[in-house]
Amino acid sequence: MSKVIKIKRGLNIPLKGLAEKVLMRLGKAETYGVKPIDFPGLVPKLNVAVGDRVKAGSPLFYDKYRPEVLFASPVSGEVVEVRRGERRVILEVVVKTDSGDVAYEDFGAASPDSLTRDEVIARLLKAGAWPYIRQRPFGVVANPTDTPKSIFISGFDTSPLSPDMDFAVHGEEQNFQAGIDALRKLTSGKIHLVLNADYPPAKVFADVKGVEFHYFTGPHPAGNVGVHIHHIDPICKGEVVWVVNPLDVIIIGRLFLKGIYDATKVIALAGSEVLKPRYYKLISGASIESIVNDNISTEKQVRIVSGNVLTGTRVDRLGYLGFYDNMVSVIPEGNRHEFFGWIAPGVDKHSASRTFLSKLIPGKRFAIDTNIHGGHRALVVTGQYEKVLPMDIYPVHLIKAILANDIDRMEQLGIYEVVEEDMALCEYVCASKTEVQAILRGGIETMIKELS
Amino acid sequence: MKALRNYLDKIKPHFQKGGRFEMFHSTFDAFETFLFVPNTVTTKGSHIRDALDLKRTMSIVIIALIPAMLFGMWNVGYQHALSIGASWEFWQTFWYGFLKVLPLIVVSYGVGLSIEFAFAQVRGHEVNEGFLVSGILIPLIMPVDVPLWMLAIAVAFAVIIGKEVFGGTGYNVFNPALLTRAFLFFAYPSHMSGDKVWIAGLTKGQGVIDGFSGATPLAKAAAYQIDTMPSVYDMFMGFIPGSVGETSTLAILIGAAILVITGIGSWKIMVSVFGGGLAAGLLFNAFATNPYMQIPAWQHLVMGGFAFGAVFMATDPVTASQTEKGKWIYGFLVGFMALLVRVLNPAYPEGMMLAILLMNAFAPLIDYYVVEANIRRRMKRSKKVANV
Repeated sequence: MSKVIKIKRGLNIPLKGLAEKVLMRLGKAETYGVKPIDFPGLVPKLNVAVGDRVKAGSPLFYDKYRPEVLFASPVSGEVVEVRRGERRVILEVVVKTDSGDVAYEDFGAASPDSLTRDEVIARLLKAGAWPYIRQRPFGVVANPTDTPKSIFISGFDTSPLSPDMDFAVHGEEQNFQAGIDALRKLTSGKIHLVLNADYPPAKVFADVKGVEFHYFTGPHPAGNVGVHIHHIDPICKGEVVWVVNPLDVIIIGRLFLKGIYDATKVIALAGSEVLKPRYYKLISGASIESIVNDNISTEKQVRIVSGNVLTGTRVDRLGYLGFYDNMVSVIPEGNRHEFFGWIAPGVDKHSASRTFLSKLIPGKRFAIDTNIHGGHRALVVTGQYEKVLPMDIYPVHLIKAILANDIDRMEQLGIYEVVEEDMALCEYVCASKTEVQAILRGGIETMIKELS
Repeated sequence: MKALRNYLDKIKPHFQKGGRFEMFHSTFDAFETFLFVPNTVTTKGSHIRDALDLKRTMSIVIIALIPAMLFGMWNVGYQHALSIGASWEFWQTFWYGFLKVLPLIVVSYGVGLSIEFAFAQVRGHEVNEGFLVSGILIPLIMPVDVPLWMLAIAVAFAVIIGKEVFGGTGYNVFNPALLTRAFLFFAYPSHMSGDKVWIAGLTKGQGVIDGFSGATPLAKAAAYQIDTMPSVYDMFMGFIPGSVGETSTLAILIGAAILVITGIGSWKIMVSVFGGGLAAGLLFNAFATNPYMQIPAWQHLVMGGFAFGAVFMATDPVTASQTEKGKWIYGFLVGFMALLVRVLNPAYPEGMMLAILLMNAFAPLIDYYVVEANIRRRMKRSKKVANV
């Protein structure tokens, strides 16, 4: 085993409602949705109109500026709705499934080893599996004309209530290997697979060939791929690294082994308001209704989040599972006033600071709601962000550079090395309730514009 | 509680845009959020937030100040009793001090908060909790006999010129409480230094007994009257003349413990201030040319406002260094400078105030170099890549 990298700074948020390791197979949902808003910066153009019939793997929309990047339907059926938001922005393209088995577009099975790099890329693009590959800096869909210096895959997730990746990839040895083989064609450098040093990894990860293993241990965000890149092969100006989720490597693998776009994955349904938090095997883009069904508390008003509670997207029952998301979280809404809440001893309140009595109860798990717990203020407290960002970066200075719209400074302070998920904990701990993730995305958008 | 909530909900519309009392919007908001944590929920970014907010952060500092404040009140009475040769029982002593200190607190809060509320209203901001701490710090670093009108002017100066012109709490360069003191120190020096101002009633010449001197240990040391200085025990416990809250190192250390345990105050700054003071003191000991320089280095730490400044003033997060490495440097220099001013400059008996204000001005520079070092590390990495 290679050297273990210990992450010291960070924070595990102990939420109630961790998913039990029971796998439920979810039947086909009535509708599936693909959401252009899952891809930051994307300007979508539709390939289909309402009423068109599609198969799994048929393109639904494409990137206006890179028309070769297609976004495919995960199931077969009929396009029934294109939901639009303000200024006619496309929010979701909804496909209603047929009865019977899913019909797949046939891309032909082919071993990645027998294909050239261009053929691998062409196949990924055509089948709509390309968007699973994201690039750093900026955390956007990779550019097919780039050659990354390396590809990173994080084999574990440390975010609150996160699914156990080892459990989620169980039994997918062949597909995972095929996916890795395909990715190996794409980079001149290495494929880094990062695993949790705290327990022996699943067979799927341990037996895979053609990757370099790394081991990390520590509190969240120790499982974030951005942290891994920072410690193993940091990004400098002009460099590009690609990242893929392990569940998505499996989907890519299927495309080569079976020749079909089969976006089946295992996700967790978790959170304090879930009656029976468990794992579900389903097809990506499934309707939230089909996942939460009658498995959530009806006593309280709840918030459903596609993804984890730090970085996920708010959805309602009529919404759909996000493209990259590996879990659905359900937590209570916090729209209530609390009498003298700011001075209460706080046995039930979680805080990274040591200002609440709850700190004295080790191992306690919390049902944290969506209340902000205070008002927005100018930044006053210092040293908070640094405690939860295990990188050689000055987060407050970076945020201030973004607010000042100082492009040189953003670059100097390391904006290439972070995306929202890496600084989500800064937002969580901030006593001034600053919206760090939104500010950071604003800065990233400025940089993308500046560099293009 | 329910009734109170309902009442607030009922009158709230009057304070909102278009309401009759729109001009008091910020004031209403400040009182409402004081009574009830608002019901706002997260809309973007992280769906859950830490339960800690600025109100609680500031409350912890105020709680940490309570021991020093209570002791200060008692000591005001105690020193007065000494000066008139009376022997008072505990409650009588405390009550006398309480009545002397309370007006200072009321004036400080009254003037400061009024200005804060007015600025928040004009700017359309919520009222920042920062002054809740400044407002209690100010009376604690004043001589007890300071005239109230002077205090009012000084507070107004510090809040308007020292804070609001920069944009309010979080943007100020200098510690507002120290600015109040500095203003008085330079504008009305006769009321801020000397042997009479530290003990209640002395300036008015109320029945002082023969042979009594109200000089602080610092003044005695500066006059080389080392043998008449109070014992180290008295200085540590705080049975000495001085500003209201600064005398008892013990009470201050209790506050320091609260700040460090809760993580609200930076232990790095506290430790490095004491370290800097000790270093300067040892240097003086090594090259001592006068009796003041011979005072053991560690004794400096219990004299004057050193401990109070280290624990409550230097640690102000807004005006201190903001980087973790910078905090070590900043703190060390505060401690070092404080002793330098104290021992080598005959014009100023105490150096803590000026040392902290000076380092407030230099904190951004320290941070600049710390951040530049980070940028250089990143640049070096880029160059290495470019060369490969």
